[in-house]
Amino acid sequence: MDVTLQKEGAVADVDAGRRPATVPGLGRALRAEEMVINMGPQHPSTHGVLRLELIVDGEIVVDAIPHIGYLHRCFEKHAESMNNYQQVIPYVDRLDYVAAMSNEFGYVVAMEKLLKIQVPERVEYIRVIMAEFSRIVSHLIALGTYGIDMGAYTPFLYCMRDREHVLDIFEETCGARLLYNYMWVGGLSHDVKPNFQDKTRDFCKYFRPKIAELNELLSYNKIFKERTAGVGVLPPEVAINYGASGPVLRGSGVKWDLRKNDPYSIYNRFAFDIPVGMGIKGRVGDSWDRYMVRVHEMEQSVNIIEQAVEQLPAGDVQSAIPKRIRPEPGEVYVRTETPKGELGFYIVSDGTASPYRVKVRPPCFVNLSTVPAICRGSMIADVVAILGSIDIVLGEVDR
Amino acid sequence: MKDFLLGILQNEILVYTLMAVVPLAWVIPFALFAVWWERKISAHMQDRLGPMQAGWHGTIQTIADILKLMLKEDIVPTAADSKLFKLAPYVVFGGAYAAYAVVPFSAAYVGSEINVGLFYFISISSIAVVGLLMAGWASNNKWSLYGALRSAAQIVSYEIPVALAILTVVMVTGTLNLQEINDAQGGMFWNWFIFQKFPFLFFALVIYFTASLAEVNRTPFDIPEAESELVGGYHTEYAGMRFALLFLSEYANMFAVSAIATTMFLGGWNSPFGDFMSGPWWGVFWFLLKGMTFIFIQMWLRWTLPRVRVDQLMYVGWKVLIPFSFVLILGVGVWMLAIQ
Repeated sequence: MDVTLQKEGAVADVDAGRRPATVPGLGRALRAEEMVINMGPQHPSTHGVLRLELIVDGEIVVDAIPHIGYLHRCFEKHAESMNNYQQVIPYVDRLDYVAAMSNEFGYVVAMEKLLKIQVPERVEYIRVIMAEFSRIVSHLIALGTYGIDMGAYTPFLYCMRDREHVLDIFEETCGARLLYNYMWVGGLSHDVKPNFQDKTRDFCKYFRPKIAELNELLSYNKIFKERTAGVGVLPPEVAINYGASGPVLRGSGVKWDLRKNDPYSIYNRFAFDIPVGMGIKGRVGDSWDRYMVRVHEMEQSVNIIEQAVEQLPAGDVQSAIPKRIRPEPGEVYVRTETPKGELGFYIVSDGTASPYRVKVRPPCFVNLSTVPAICRGSMIADVVAILGSIDIVLGEVDR
Repeated sequence: MKDFLLGILQNEILVYTLMAVVPLAWVIPFALFAVWWERKISAHMQDRLGPMQAGWHGTIQTIADILKLMLKEDIVPTAADSKLFKLAPYVVFGGAYAAYAVVPFSAAYVGSEINVGLFYFISISSIAVVGLLMAGWASNNKWSLYGALRSAAQIVSYEIPVALAILTVVMVTGTLNLQEINDAQGGMFWNWFIFQKFPFLFFALVIYFTASLAEVNRTPFDIPEAESELVGGYHTEYAGMRFALLFLSEYANMFAVSAIATTMFLGGWNSPFGDFMSGPWWGVFWFLLKGMTFIFIQMWLRWTLPRVRVDQLMYVGWKVLIPFSFVLILGVGVWMLAIQ
């Protein structure tokens, strides 16, 4: 509380020095000061319960201070209270709840490294397919809601329509549409259905033209470009210094993707590109670049899925699931590339059946920290554009 | 129509009251219809069905909504300036409705056939700004204040291109009387001003229509109520019937600007085919048909385009629309001189 008060005082002092003391013709001092306005926790464009404290000078944002914690659910404490490592997985689902498969993937890869389990090939392939589906789903939501942030409602519904096809595949496979509890340590909860390969191929065929449609409707729309190109520029060195990852980092032109740079699971078997921001419409690292990286990543995910589904081997997906999990005392840190960026799991075991510590390194939390740096001096409408292009999910920011 | 009613009723006050109420008989059903229509249009553009439950294809959905709004508690925020807060929706609706006084629905009916009809329309449509400022200021909410100030800047700026675009037609007709402008476009559809002095008046329509979108706060210029930025803009704090009134005036305004566009450029109540299907009642039909076409375009744009930023809005208004409307005025003037 004290910190906040001090900050406000400091802003007021800056203001006094910068403004003209008198108004011509009026002869007396006109009192002018910045306004503090709360964007959130209930606001249509904060994508959840985030509160941005904006200090504004008219339409210009002088400073933006994110206040988080409205969705804190004590993930770490819950994880420590579980008496089985498998029971953490449903909680992991709820971190980045629009891409639950990716979170599970990170956790099970970490656990398998701790337990030194080698999972069957079929499990690896299905996991990669599901994680890439999850990336498509997450990016569709990011792009669609970004359209809403910019005032275009229709692209959102197109994105939700396409997302539905993926969710149908998820539902057929494991019965759940949002929070799956599908990837288990050492295997999967269910094998895929016999028609899985056909359905996946159909989706890939269906989805490519839909990306082109989205580009026509939104990505290359004149107004949309005006609103996002050159807005919220995050220079590469700033992005690296803040520890940003995922599309936020790649939007700034840094070619860094853990699937290529620190391969886990079987990602080194697939051919795919890492799209980076090029500053085609504005400057490298602007909101349009971050947006466009996601569009291109969806195309690459379809590439990976197509390759994986052709190579899908036969096998038993539950053969490697350990009956009881008591890892040797020790620790492990594994990072994976989720749709939002680098998701790290630091798991400490004390030799019992309960985790001693499960620390998450969430990409959204770190990416959100760049917001004040790139919001200063922009307009209120740009804050919405910047926040949407960062693509935060509060479940992961607050945990 | 006035003389006809006078003949029946023999009472001037009664006749004028009746004349004033007639547009209301259009505005309210129109708003009810347009809200449903907009939902259906947006739904079909977005691969969904829209309202389907209340009535056939959701036809009475809006009536249900209005009933819901009427039954809602009338909330006035404690910190609000309650007098201004309560007054604002009436000012906004009053401004929107007053514009209908000069809208010529048919050869036989126009609320008031004054010889400065267009001038009246341009000035009365600015009244809404006062109401919006009142609403935003009285709400005692920073987001509302933003909405109010944005709408003041926007509507005042965009009145200029609207007036200038209208001026091109006034130059051609030499009158501000809307019925006389209609008369000047009689006969086949190529007599409509959209096809006259081509392409100057055609572009005048484009400029008028673009600027009128900003005047009635429609996408891509809906920044005073930009949902994703300002929550609800000036109507953030309004609920129940007061909100409904603000909503109603938005739709009333939509049709008012479309009606003026119809009258100025598309021949108003004139039939496109000369004497075929023409007459006072057919006039109403043609007028509403043309007006609804503009409404459809407004909705179409709304569900296609993103929203511009407030500085870009000012740029479009002051640096694009206004200079180009001056060019059009010059072009029409030169044309007229050259013909003479």
